[in-house]
Amino acid sequence: MTNARISRRLLGASVAALAFMASYAAAGAADLNALVWCDHSDPNLLKPFEDATGIKVNVKEFEGTGAGLAIVEQSQPGDWDVMVVDTVDVRRGVERGLFEPLPEDQLPIADIFPEVLMDQHSRFDGKRYGITEKFGYNTISFNKAKVNPADMQSLAVLGNDAYKGRVAIYDYYLPVIGLAAMAIGKKTADLTEADLPALKEVLLKMKANAKAVTDVVASQTALATGEADVLIGGGEWVTAGIARENPDLDFSIPEEGAVLWSQSLAMFKDSRNKDAALKFIQYILSPEGQARLATSSCYWGMPASKQAALSADQKKILRFDEQPAFLARAQGYPAPSEELDKKMQDLWTEMIQAQ
Amino acid sequence: MSASVNRIGWASVSPALLWTLVFFAAPFAAMALVSLSPKGEDGWSLAAYGQFFTNPSYWRALTNSLEVTLAVTVLSVLLAYPFAWILAFLVPERWQRLALMLAVLPFWTSYVVRSYSWLLVLAEKGVINASLTSLGILGEPVQLANTRMATVTGFVHFFVMLLTLTIYANLKQLSPNYRKAAADLGASGLQSFVHVILPLTLPGIMVGAFLTFVLAIGDYITPQILGGNNELLMPQLIMMQIGRRGDFASASALSLILMAVVTVAYLVCARWLKIERT
Repeated sequence: MTNARISRRLLGASVAALAFMASYAAAGAADLNALVWCDHSDPNLLKPFEDATGIKVNVKEFEGTGAGLAIVEQSQPGDWDVMVVDTVDVRRGVERGLFEPLPEDQLPIADIFPEVLMDQHSRFDGKRYGITEKFGYNTISFNKAKVNPADMQSLAVLGNDAYKGRVAIYDYYLPVIGLAAMAIGKKTADLTEADLPALKEVLLKMKANAKAVTDVVASQTALATGEADVLIGGGEWVTAGIARENPDLDFSIPEEGAVLWSQSLAMFKDSRNKDAALKFIQYILSPEGQARLATSSCYWGMPASKQAALSADQKKILRFDEQPAFLARAQGYPAPSEELDKKMQDLWTEMIQAQ
Repeated sequence: MSASVNRIGWASVSPALLWTLVFFAAPFAAMALVSLSPKGEDGWSLAAYGQFFTNPSYWRALTNSLEVTLAVTVLSVLLAYPFAWILAFLVPERWQRLALMLAVLPFWTSYVVRSYSWLLVLAEKGVINASLTSLGILGEPVQLANTRMATVTGFVHFFVMLLTLTIYANLKQLSPNYRKAAADLGASGLQSFVHVILPLTLPGIMVGAFLTFVLAIGDYITPQILGGNNELLMPQLIMMQIGRRGDFASASALSLILMAVVTVAYLVCARWLKIERT
């Protein structure tokens, strides 16, 4: 047994009480236990499924793939049925042997925007392990009453001194490093260690103009309260949900492009309720489920399905009809190796600590 | 000592011993082992500790934590002592209970809610900036939120209450005869305070200060909400290791380093002021 395995087991043992509580909390066999992001906790999304199928959905929210996988490793096999995961991280679940191949013939694959299926991250050995359910952009969000909207059409805004002290940076290193890469003409997929010094220069310049480095809630609050006029790394997921209250909040896809985020649903190999898990995935990908997920109270985002039953108003806020042009300019999250990932996170740490 | 007395002694301490073993010693040992197994490597190594000493950003997180925590501790003591003094000696006996309750009233609200409330007070369009600009004292709002000062303010608001309680309890235990004796011997009010009262209340101050130090240096919520993530403190750096990468080795190593700092603080306090006597 490797040291890493021993460590994981020890860690698991040390939180055995928590795992026991989690499995105890996981209710009857007919229930569906879902590890999700906050947008799936909206009763407006879950209730129609529960009413139609009689399956109760128990959700546990997490942030970050690492934290989600840690919960799984500390649980008993079979505790969880489905999981929401960054599409670029589906591989991590597959490598751990956690996910079950999904029956593609029972999923509306043809309805999904092809650009967000990202087979390179969700299909392995001819089998699909994750299916994209929602996507959007890490790009530039802004208050158009306070900035020159023309400035927001270029990633030069990342270092534009005209906005010094009026900028917030979304606190997630991968997409923002992706934006920094595009600003210097690099492709997010091609980043290597050799690019780090140039990226560092962009990040430090960005930090020098920033008022704060904000998490999801603080990002929205900063724009909504006027604490910041520009949010680097923001997008429709920040502005769309509050657009009705503050129509001046908007986002742009700069000419250099934006970073495409994409979340997928995966089914656990050890699920005791695979039929219910598949029904849930099918519901989420249905036109109704897609519309409800896209406009979840936690955050809005683009539905992965072109058939989502969104109202005209919702489509306008999400700029649904502009998606083909947006997608053509978007690039995926950087998907670094373990070693480069660590170096990128350290670079992010260095940026935050820079005064 | 007879065998039966010995057995009774063991039986008495065993619940506490078991509690400590299960909820402190075992997790601590597990964490120590996890910290020696770096993410992505098969062997044991000290790499997770090594990065702390070689990466200036990591080291900076500790110095930031120490600077913030020491500032919070000193400010809290300076504010809490006169407050406790007023409560103990100047507020009439019958009003002291009510005054104490009012002093701890902010404890009744959620820690997170209290931090977000401070954010609203300190924001660009918050109460302070709005008042100062409307009075003409400031031409433009100044940045108060998302700063180290905001973090310190949020902490001090909380810990002044804690310190007030510990110092008040200490002051109330002091016999009035000490002050009378000092006065009889010709000491002025200031001399009586500096040479008699203060040394006698130092244990209470140090217990409160140590608790403040321990709780503040390990806190994640306040710097995250009020500091605007413009600098990282140790708890934030630890959380960062777990978020996306799930790097428990680094998180464990950093946690143990933080624990070592707290241990050193305890040893310094314990040796200097003999906390065990309080």
